[in-house]
Amino acid sequence: MLKINNLHASVEDKAILRGINLEVKAGEVHAIMGPNGSGKSTLASVIAGKEEYEMTDGEILLENENINEMAPEERAHKGIFLSFQYPIEIPGVSVTNFMKTAINETRKAKGLPDMPANEMLKMIREKSEMLEIDRKFLSRSLNEGFSGGEKKRNEIFQMAMLEPKLAILDETDSGLDIDALRIVANGVNKLRSKDNAVIVITHYQRLLDHIVPDFVHVLFEGRIVKSGGKELAHELEEKGYDWIKEEVNA
Amino acid sequence: MQYTVISLQGLSTENCQLKTEKMELKEKLIASFMAFENLVDIDLPVHDVRSEAIKEFETQGFPSKRDEAWKYTSLNSILKHDYSVFPKRDNHIDYNDIKKYFIHDIDTYKIVFIDGKYSSHLSETTHDGIDVCLMSSALTKTKYRLIIENYFNKIATKDSLTSLNTAFSQEGAYIHIPKNKLVAKPIQIVHFSTGNEAALLVQPRNLIVVDENSHVQIIERHQSLTQNPVLTNSVTEIFANKRAIVDYYKIQNDNENASLIDSTFVNQKQESFASVHTFSFGGKLTRNNLNFYQNGERIDSTMKGITIIGNKQHVDHNTLVHHIEPNCESHQDYKGIYADSSTGVFNGKVLVDKDAQKTNAFQANNNILLSDKASINTKPQLEIFADDVKCSHGCTIGQLDESAMFYMQSRGIPEKEAKALLMFAFSNNVMNSVKIPEIKQRITKIIANKLGVNIGFDL
Repeated sequence: MLKINNLHASVEDKAILRGINLEVKAGEVHAIMGPNGSGKSTLASVIAGKEEYEMTDGEILLENENINEMAPEERAHKGIFLSFQYPIEIPGVSVTNFMKTAINETRKAKGLPDMPANEMLKMIREKSEMLEIDRKFLSRSLNEGFSGGEKKRNEIFQMAMLEPKLAILDETDSGLDIDALRIVANGVNKLRSKDNAVIVITHYQRLLDHIVPDFVHVLFEGRIVKSGGKELAHELEEKGYDWIKEEVNA
Repeated sequence: MQYTVISLQGLSTENCQLKTEKMELKEKLIASFMAFENLVDIDLPVHDVRSEAIKEFETQGFPSKRDEAWKYTSLNSILKHDYSVFPKRDNHIDYNDIKKYFIHDIDTYKIVFIDGKYSSHLSETTHDGIDVCLMSSALTKTKYRLIIENYFNKIATKDSLTSLNTAFSQEGAYIHIPKNKLVAKPIQIVHFSTGNEAALLVQPRNLIVVDENSHVQIIERHQSLTQNPVLTNSVTEIFANKRAIVDYYKIQNDNENASLIDSTFVNQKQESFASVHTFSFGGKLTRNNLNFYQNGERIDSTMKGITIIGNKQHVDHNTLVHHIEPNCESHQDYKGIYADSSTGVFNGKVLVDKDAQKTNAFQANNNILLSDKASINTKPQLEIFADDVKCSHGCTIGQLDESAMFYMQSRGIPEKEAKALLMFAFSNNVMNSVKIPEIKQRITKIIANKLGVNIGFDL
């Protein structure tokens, strides 16, 4: 599904990612953990194609196709989805219209006609029910005045609508109370299949109790310094990151 | 806030050269007035008004950047042409060639002019209970004399360009809605210029009188059909009498050699509602002077605009709302998007008299600059003499939000469409108050065309 080889990236000439290697196969869930400033969100943004980050070396392959030069929307059309740590407020654009535009633009890119209105409405209803989203919420301006939990639920709602091959959840658990966390995690779990993959970026273990990873990677100073199974996440929760730093520096 | 920097050296040489050009056009116009007097009935009372006005213009001349009200808008580039003041012959256009410039999917009255002359075959006027006809008839026929005496040139100011229009006032739209009439069909006033003249100056003069309890909707458009320079100096006087409702829509999407100076004066009586929406999407230079006078209590005045321009286009909105009596409201909301080397001006004045207690006056001007070379000068002016009022104003200048762009692109919306969606959202507040759905659709389509996108946003 996703293969990253020797990825280096910098922003304003400051090197953030310094040689990332990662392979995510279909059906897998990978967790990326690490202390603040280790490059987790940068990695997510670089995979999604944010222009402020300059890839200075390496390659990103999606289903064996090099996507280094692709615009964010082209990557989205190929099935990459990034759930934002801080979803952007867009006043004047309703959730429903935003979704309609996103879905139909993706279909257009694939040479498909617009989704019929009744099909779209049915899909919106099903997915919003799954995430326990109030219908009224859908006619509000995108993320404007949403609480932290509503914003994150709305991100997963969009993921459900777009049915990506590779979903990257960037700190999706931050700002969620336990009920919202459960709803969001259930949503993600329902969307999991043998054909798609999920990368969960998180600082804490608690989301990983709900979305159980197959692999856990520790990112530190722009490199993956340790990989393991789900038990690694528990170890990090217990012991913090200092022992990793010591190991790396030793 | 971004201000245009002008080198002093450049300005002084420009001014010298300009002086001769301006003199030429000014003198030509004064000379033309004598020729004009041979064409009209100089025994009518209106002619005294014209004679006074030409003297006023002669004294003042064209405005220059030294005038405070014209500080950011230079007429230099448009006054250099040798304009024809009287088109030589009647010009014909086929309806099918120009259908697209009308709101044609609804039934409307139409008052259509070609090169300043009335086109009866393109028009649909009426005298059935209401008068939707020509200024030239209203000025000359006795049955309109009372209205002309009471209303003509009663609120138009004496500034130079308005005076110039008054001096040559002869043709335009005349609309009189007697009391208790709900005019079901909107009225379209459309001016075409054919380019049969090398350069053309037209000066339409409109008078709109809406009596007690009546409601009318008017759409105005100026359209040049060739690349020959056209300058339109238009003046419209609108009277909204007691409890009248007047909704006015100005669609400005002209080509790169057409310029428009549009002065609109609105006099409102108690409990009336008047709105002017101005959509400025094209033209070389567009200056909108919009003046509202509230002569009564519980009046609502609404001025809204969307400006989306590029290249070297220039749009200047100059508004005034004069709160004279208590318990009235005014709402101003202007959105501007400037690309390339385009320039914009917003100068919004709110004047609240001492007696105008409990006034609610709101003003907003928000702008997006899409390029480093684009600029906007925005200047809210509030002069408040009453002590129990609510007045607010705010202006912003910014760029398109990069993080919003990435967010939308990451969901599969291409850059161009994402930009368009942000711009539609930005102007949505203004679109929401447009009452005629067909106008909303048309404006949406014009904006989509301008932005090169093909999405039916229904925000």
